[in-house]
Amino acid sequence: LIQVMLWLPLAAGLACFVVPRRGVSILATMGSLAVLGLAIAVVAGFHTGEPGLQQTVNESWIPDLGVRYQLGVDGISLFLILLTAILWAGATVFSAFRMPDRARVYFFMLGLAETATLGAFLAQDLLLFVLFFDLMLVPFWFLIGTFGGENRVPATTKMIVYTLVGSLLMLVAAIATAILASDQVGHLSFSLADLRTHTLGTGSQYWIFCFFAAAFLIKMPAVLVHGWMPDAYRAAPLPVLALLSGVLSKVGAYGFLRVVLPLYPQATVHFQELILVIGVAGILYGSVMAFTQTDVRLIAGYSSIAQLGFITIGIFSLRADGADGAVLQMVNHGLVVAGIFLIVALLAERARSEDLARLGGLAMRAPVLAAIFLVITLANLAMPGSANFIGEFYILIGVFQAKIVYAFVAGIGVVLAAFYAIRLFQRTMHNRKPAGIESREIGVRDALVVAPLAACIVALALYPGLILGRSDTAVKDKIAATAPQPTASASKDASGRSAGWTGYAPLGTP
Amino acid sequence: VTFTAPHIDYAGISPVIALTAGICAVIVGGVLSDRHQRVVVSALSLTTLAAAAGLCIWQWGQREDLVAGALRLDELGLAGALIAIFAAAYVIPLSWREPAAERPGEEPRHTEFQALLLSSVLGMVLLALAQNLIVLFVALELLSVPLYVLCGSAVRRTQSLESGLKYLIVGSLGSATLLYGLAFIYGGSGSTDFTTIRDAVGSGLTDDPLVLMGIALAATGLAFKISIAPFHQWTPDVYQGAPTPVTAFMAVATKAAAFCVFVRFFEVALGPAADNWQPALAVLAAVSIAVGNIGALGQSSLKRLLGYSGIAQAGYMLVGLVAASQLGINALVFYLAAYALMNLAAFSVIVVRERESGYGDEIEAFQGLGRDRPALAWPLTISMLALAGLPATAGFMGKLYLIEAAVDGDYTWLGVAIAIGTMISLAYYLRVVAAVWMRPAAVPLAPADTSVPAMAGGSPEADEEPPTDGGADSALAPRGTRCVVILASAALAAGATVFFGILPSPLVDWAANAGQALAPFIS
Repeated sequence: LIQVMLWLPLAAGLACFVVPRRGVSILATMGSLAVLGLAIAVVAGFHTGEPGLQQTVNESWIPDLGVRYQLGVDGISLFLILLTAILWAGATVFSAFRMPDRARVYFFMLGLAETATLGAFLAQDLLLFVLFFDLMLVPFWFLIGTFGGENRVPATTKMIVYTLVGSLLMLVAAIATAILASDQVGHLSFSLADLRTHTLGTGSQYWIFCFFAAAFLIKMPAVLVHGWMPDAYRAAPLPVLALLSGVLSKVGAYGFLRVVLPLYPQATVHFQELILVIGVAGILYGSVMAFTQTDVRLIAGYSSIAQLGFITIGIFSLRADGADGAVLQMVNHGLVVAGIFLIVALLAERARSEDLARLGGLAMRAPVLAAIFLVITLANLAMPGSANFIGEFYILIGVFQAKIVYAFVAGIGVVLAAFYAIRLFQRTMHNRKPAGIESREIGVRDALVVAPLAACIVALALYPGLILGRSDTAVKDKIAATAPQPTASASKDASGRSAGWTGYAPLGTP
Repeated sequence: VTFTAPHIDYAGISPVIALTAGICAVIVGGVLSDRHQRVVVSALSLTTLAAAAGLCIWQWGQREDLVAGALRLDELGLAGALIAIFAAAYVIPLSWREPAAERPGEEPRHTEFQALLLSSVLGMVLLALAQNLIVLFVALELLSVPLYVLCGSAVRRTQSLESGLKYLIVGSLGSATLLYGLAFIYGGSGSTDFTTIRDAVGSGLTDDPLVLMGIALAATGLAFKISIAPFHQWTPDVYQGAPTPVTAFMAVATKAAAFCVFVRFFEVALGPAADNWQPALAVLAAVSIAVGNIGALGQSSLKRLLGYSGIAQAGYMLVGLVAASQLGINALVFYLAAYALMNLAAFSVIVVRERESGYGDEIEAFQGLGRDRPALAWPLTISMLALAGLPATAGFMGKLYLIEAAVDGDYTWLGVAIAIGTMISLAYYLRVVAAVWMRPAAVPLAPADTSVPAMAGGSPEADEEPPTDGGADSALAPRGTRCVVILASAALAAGATVFFGILPSPLVDWAANAGQALAPFIS
């Protein structure tokens, strides 16, 4: 089942080249909806409470290089897959109503991107993961460069150079992991399960961790390495941007949970504080920048940096609560930010501008649009009652347990989120309506895309246990890898001591 | 003194015999009138190449010394020979419409062109199989001399003549250096046979100054041939100046054959001295990666760009040799095959665009291709992405293989160097792809300007004559109706690049099979 789900988007994309021009958008829509159906089927068939992988596929692929074609779903990837399918269906349908020029290439690239993203979430072989991770970039590069706005070529090139710097280092690191572990495993293997049972010595873990962290942080983007973000966000077409911000940024966070924590536990503990600092800095920097920008896209972009800062610190609290919250928050944020970008696309069509200073009063004749936007805004600022609130709450609990100082600072971020989210809503929807802006109600076609997103947000707010219940066992399993390490390795090397040396309670002490 | 002729296994050298016979037949084809020449001669050459390839495949799996140890028949040599033969067969259709081959009486015609091409292939096959210093040198010259002529074969283009001359001078210098080095090695070890040299070097000559000097000079000479920096200066100029089919052949086939002999010479004959040459070659590889990638950044001509990229790719491949392991050689053979596919796809697109647009091989010529000519845009895009090492292409698998070999051979820093080089290379490969898909077509599409006056050997009258035939009407032919064969072959090469990127196992097995040939010599 997951095999079909994985390759169907690409097949649909390829088929776009052979069907007549008018059928292209219909075909692409059907394809993405079929993938969504399969993803729902995967979720429905998931057995809650089992920590291991389900629906596994394990085939020999390149035996000489030790690479296997291994796929599988667990509680962490389950809802990210569903999120991917939902957002891709939304973006495809949204684009299909606006038939871009050169639709075949466009939908082919969308399909390729979906396959690559699903592949990254499904891959259970380290090299396969790296391969899909890199492959994701190519279609996005094309989509932004070919269909984007002003300055698209420099912007997209900057993006791909930034991200590939990280992912090529990651490739070297992945190969090094497998080769160094091959002495223990007995043969060359990239399988995550094999590598997990034979972790490396601390020395090599440190530099390998740095390479992986660089790749994932750039992808998110985290603060310091977010340089590609503003340009790319300004240039990207909005449905593509919804995917870029909604799904691709999650792959980085997912990579930490899937690869880094289980494979390099000592290094994770060693660098925990550094990553926490980056995460907290991201929250503050992102919030402040989001508050000062006037470009609507950048407000959403910088708010993503802040939200991903939350997700990062949730994971690196190395507590089950924090990581649970992070998984929930990944899904929440994906839905919210994609909703925001699609609504921004609608606003831009009405106002022909994406500058906050020139927007306003759009709610006047468009109550439904305003209502949907309000739901999304409230979710974005983590209003109590929304799923985002629960996600951030869990994250903060985790961080409180681990490093209380960071939790206090991160708490400020929750307040700041209210500022920028409400400012965005108020300036666009309320205030006086400037001349030249038509306040038009959302069309039925667009409502078909945006309303389900809002419905998902509401549904999650009512029942976040849908995700938390399923992800909990898998998350605990990943976190457990790091927990016993300080005591076990304290006698061997300095990493265990360094965790305690900082003055906080060492991790894993009962 | 009685001379006993060595035993000759005719089955073993059958590819060589087939090629030699083919060359004779093609030369005889020159008596035909111009109209029939192209068809008949091309058919003859392609048959010859097909026969040689078939015989190579027939001999696959044999391992024996031929002609008293002058040649060594094994999978590694045959793999190199197959790549060279494939490249030659690929460029023959590319050369059909070359102006150089189209003007009877004035310039070399199909007969000369293809006979020279086949001679060069013969040299490559011999080189890939060479197991003796003398054979190595003779084969290298047999490979090079026809190429010097082919580079200058467009005698009406100043650049082509310049490139031929430049290649001749630099190539001769490289050959002389190599010969000098071989002489030192002979002087130190007292033999010209690879295995005997190995025994001699192994028994206490690893630090012999004479042998070390020989190794250094021989490495330099071979580095000239495969354009490893800092012996690369000829590469961009020659690549740009030579007729594009020749460039394609030169880039792909020369590298394959020369790398085969490089591996055989260093792993077999000089294997015991590996500790001495490994660090030196590692530095050469790193320098080559840096120089090639940085040099390519500012290029506006796609052929020059591919020349610099070839330098960088040669650096990547050298990593496989530096690792001096089974994995390294497998990786090298795999990369050679992948490199052949990627480059041939790119060069065939260049050939087509050179004739259609007035921009020659400038990157402007490829702007807007994604909209106007998808059949050209996709092969070029795939080739560029593969050369840049993006996933789902053979280039990614090749890099993966090489990095694995580097890390396995305790040269992790070289693996990182490959990764860094790849990052730099993205900047220029993606520039080409961006031109194809993201920029509007450059206006106007002028007909190809072939009226550059002749230089050396041309009479003054001929210089003043405005050439109106040949080039002009081929350029004005309606778009898309010609070059079907080239389009098909470009699609084939690009398709194979993607296929081996998704299902690399057949090619990996093939490369591993080829690499096994040297297993007895690798510790």
